[in-house]
Amino acid sequence: MRARGWALVTALLVVAILFPLYWAVIASFTPDSRLFASPSLVPRALVLDHYRALFGGRDFWTPVRNSLVVAGATTVLSVGLGGICAYALARLRFRGKAPVLAFVLAVSMFPQMSIVSPLYLLLRELRLLNTYPGLVLPYLTFAMPLTIWLLVGFFRQLPPELEEAGLMDGAGRLRTLWEIVLPLSWPGLATSAILTFLYSWNEFLFALSFTLGPERYTVPVAITLFRGQYQVPWGQILAAAVVATVPVAAIVLVAERRIVAGLTSGAVKG
Amino acid sequence: MAAIALKRVSKVYPTGQTAVRDLTLEIVNGELLVLLGPSGSGKSTVLRLIAGLETPTSGQVLIDGRDVTLVPPPRRDLAMVFQSYALYPHKSVRENLAFGLRVRGVDAARVDARVRETATALDIEALLERRPAQLSGGQRQRVALGRAIVREPKAFLFDEPLSNLDPTLRAGTRTELALLHRRLATTMVYVTHDQEEAMTLGTRVAVMRAGAIEQVAPALEVFRRPANTFVARFIGSPAMNLWACTCARVGDGRHLVSPAFSIDLTGIDVAVPDGAGVYVGVRPHDIDIVPNGEGNGAGGVEIVEPLGPVTVVHLRVGGLGDDFVRVVVPADSRIEVGDRVTFRVRPDRLHVFDARTGQRVIDQHGR
Repeated sequence: MRARGWALVTALLVVAILFPLYWAVIASFTPDSRLFASPSLVPRALVLDHYRALFGGRDFWTPVRNSLVVAGATTVLSVGLGGICAYALARLRFRGKAPVLAFVLAVSMFPQMSIVSPLYLLLRELRLLNTYPGLVLPYLTFAMPLTIWLLVGFFRQLPPELEEAGLMDGAGRLRTLWEIVLPLSWPGLATSAILTFLYSWNEFLFALSFTLGPERYTVPVAITLFRGQYQVPWGQILAAAVVATVPVAAIVLVAERRIVAGLTSGAVKG
Repeated sequence: MAAIALKRVSKVYPTGQTAVRDLTLEIVNGELLVLLGPSGSGKSTVLRLIAGLETPTSGQVLIDGRDVTLVPPPRRDLAMVFQSYALYPHKSVRENLAFGLRVRGVDAARVDARVRETATALDIEALLERRPAQLSGGQRQRVALGRAIVREPKAFLFDEPLSNLDPTLRAGTRTELALLHRRLATTMVYVTHDQEEAMTLGTRVAVMRAGAIEQVAPALEVFRRPANTFVARFIGSPAMNLWACTCARVGDGRHLVSPAFSIDLTGIDVAVPDGAGVYVGVRPHDIDIVPNGEGNGAGGVEIVEPLGPVTVVHLRVGGLGDDFVRVVVPADSRIEVGDRVTFRVRPDRLHVFDARTGQRVIDQHGR
């Protein structure tokens, strides 16, 4: 009886979470005429009108490409630089380690809204408005602290003897990092990469403020600007939302496999 | 092959804890030096200082006469076997062994040959393609050893390499290590808290306490002629009996007198003035149970511990407080709890220590 009760609760939760997604997918395949006239849970006819409009009429490829470039670059830089930084903070002995970590955390806690205007002026001075670096650099200020904190914790729990063994075997610090620490850090690296990518993919405020034209709009900005003065193309918006979700979902699924594989192969000793 | 020397080395951690204080030690080319001491005595820190994994707060580390105090570990060409083995979990056994050679830029064919040679010597050829997680404790230990040997380093550093093995495996591996040392004749520094390992493996043993060396000597000498009361208590099982006594003139001879007994010192040269306080040490197997009237003292049997080959008897002797007198007797002795027995100390087997400094003051025994 009890088990059945739980199953029911779980089922309800799953439906509650999945229904909007389902609805978005269905709606994106439903012609505008039927979207409001006769909504139904089971689609009667699926049409690709919205997608055609999206990639034909609107050139949705450009925002998708922009988002991929910006989110990809942010992820690579954040995990690359943040990883080295986190390793130094986790393992090397130097003065002022705790203040550095606290400062890094403080930066990430800054309310985004409060720095939009100063950042805008700064980027204008640097002639970086409406460029990829103009988005990647601000994103890094938020993504790096997260990565650093995640990876410091991760590196600290790796047994230090493994690196010492590497040093004794004749490998320098960087070689040890590359050949011993990194392969064992897949779970941590993948986690921080996913989080960074999601953050940059979905970021809206900076993207809206620092891009000036459709050639640099990212996906969230482009979708928002679909709505005209007199009409909202819901079908296309939902189709765009589906397109924006698919690559992220795919990446997370692939990375998750890696995380699980990394966790099991990291077993040190019984 | 290397001679290693530590000159007045101290290590104070940022927390203020002193791990090693003003330590000087010379390790001769080709010897196996054991650093022996209780946990927290700084023996592992000394090993890490030699390895370069720690930098001394003051003092120098020399390898073959060259000052390497500030040389990082990769350029010291020493190999270390860790207590946890520290095998690279994501690499196969073959890659684990090959790593140190690859890093040094040895060409692939030579790496392959060395790995195969080492694996054959250690009988782990069948495991070459496995991951550490798929190995038993004993196999991992061999791989860790192989990773050290394969490189033919200047010297080997062992950090309690046997402490994670079960007892039967430990004894076997100990023998193999002794053979390995004889075969390679390479300098080895071996850290352990197990005195049996120290005595059986060590060319010399350095006994450590609180970051300092209490005595460095050939293994048997540490046992036969402990330099002070700490070494006397620490080495030997069951532990040496130590009693507070005074050196006094009784009649025409000198005696060591305690509330519990009196030992005639006729014919024994003890460099202590009359009336001085001393600690007298006697190993449990240097005390005999004798018929009434022939002994130095008497006591009641409180505990009888049969060890197999011999039996250890604990005597409660009036005047010694809570300290038992431990005596080793033949296994077939008919001594039972509650018996009252007389014991005699073999006068030529005495260890006498100054009561104030704890240093050895008798030089007759063990010559």
